[in-house]
Amino acid sequence: MSTGFSKEELERYSRHLIIPEFNIEGQRKLKEAKVLVIGTGGLGSPVLLYLAAAGIGHIGILDFDVVDDSNLQRQVLFSVDDVGKPKAEVAKARLEKLNPHIDFTVHNEKLTSENALEIISQYDLVADGTDNFPTRYLVNDACVILGKTNVYASIFRFEGQVSVFNYQYEDGTFGPNYRDLFPTPPPPGLVPSCAEGGVLGILPGTVGSFQANEVIKVISGIGEPLVGRLFLYDALRFDTRTLKIKKNPNTPKIEELIDYQQFCGIGGKEDVVANVKEISVLDLKKWREEEKDFQLIDVREPYEYDIANLDGELIPQKTVKDRLSKISSDRDVVIHCRSGKRSAEVIESLEEKGFRNLYNLKGGILAWANEIDANMAKY
Amino acid sequence: MANIIIPTPLRKFTGNETIVKVEGDTVKASIDQLVSKFPDLNKHILDADGNIRKFIKVYVGDEDISTLNNENTVVKDDTTIGIIPAIAGGKK
Repeated sequence: MSTGFSKEELERYSRHLIIPEFNIEGQRKLKEAKVLVIGTGGLGSPVLLYLAAAGIGHIGILDFDVVDDSNLQRQVLFSVDDVGKPKAEVAKARLEKLNPHIDFTVHNEKLTSENALEIISQYDLVADGTDNFPTRYLVNDACVILGKTNVYASIFRFEGQVSVFNYQYEDGTFGPNYRDLFPTPPPPGLVPSCAEGGVLGILPGTVGSFQANEVIKVISGIGEPLVGRLFLYDALRFDTRTLKIKKNPNTPKIEELIDYQQFCGIGGKEDVVANVKEISVLDLKKWREEEKDFQLIDVREPYEYDIANLDGELIPQKTVKDRLSKISSDRDVVIHCRSGKRSAEVIESLEEKGFRNLYNLKGGILAWANEIDANMAKY
Repeated sequence: MANIIIPTPLRKFTGNETIVKVEGDTVKASIDQLVSKFPDLNKHILDADGNIRKFIKVYVGDEDISTLNNENTVVKDDTTIGIIPAIAGGKK
């Protein structure tokens, strides 16, 4: 009698097949499953590696980004040679070598309110490893509308969260979803991002592995999936907690996708923050060559200054208000940070105190590294 | 008296303290004491009216306080209060 598996597959998956409660039936469910992994970064890397290794029959790989040097500290799918190449394509090439018995579909595009339903509808289950609030809510809402399970994980610095959202019980009802936990997103700026907060490289490996484990459990039907529960992991304290999540009767019914950038307050506010005088890195270079008399202030943190600097005076953002006397009022002052956001905030607050001679360095030290000094480290 | 566990994103406002002991018989009294001890935390946990912000979850033990008695949930000496923020990962 045919098992539906080749000899190579049976041998490959033998350690699954000899687990009594998993056996060939569990493996068959994996082979028949279609899983979409959204984001191939820190979380997506271990999720994709383990799902491919375990024999999920069809894996969708969605990412619009290209591999960057700063990814390699934690995104273990990628190598030095991959820098600059599309992540989804590189991931597929790597995973095909890991398991030639399964199929992949590459979605080298951004998930949007326009394409999300069409893409997600092709899969049985979603693993969400994205890196921003608008996409979190988009993935959640699309899964709720389509009735798909959303295996969720999220990380920040030393801390991770995992849950299984919108799980369909045997009686057809669904478990809690992300909006039952967090009905509305935090406004921009109130929650620091990994780009400013950093993330310990191993953390997504740990948390992504928990996430992959939940995918396997939901598909194979073994154990108790993390439904109605939020798992928290603090790598620093080595503390784990599992909290209950209940369906919130006040959560509005999700019936259609919306504009998630707007929902998360992104777009408008930053434009206002950036409404200060600015100069480009080319202007700054010219001012220096002309030996113009001006002051350059760096409002980043000392540990950032150690990575790369422009020889500016280091006055970290939160100390500015106590060091006003250090800021020139009788000549032009250029203020910079990493990307131009913090320096714009500093200038806004200083202009409220009467300063009128301040210029924001557009694009920050990153722009300097991109346009002026190729040897400068970007972080 | 309760122990409040501070999540990673908010530790910069508590001088990296991860567990803060507070006096108070209710969740509300405990949180109020936490933010009076660390005023920079205030806007990250409470809105302008002093209510807990919607993108922050507060737990007593493993129960969401909204399934208990909300901010009036009674705490005891060995109660652990968890503040759970939404975190998204890499970008804003």
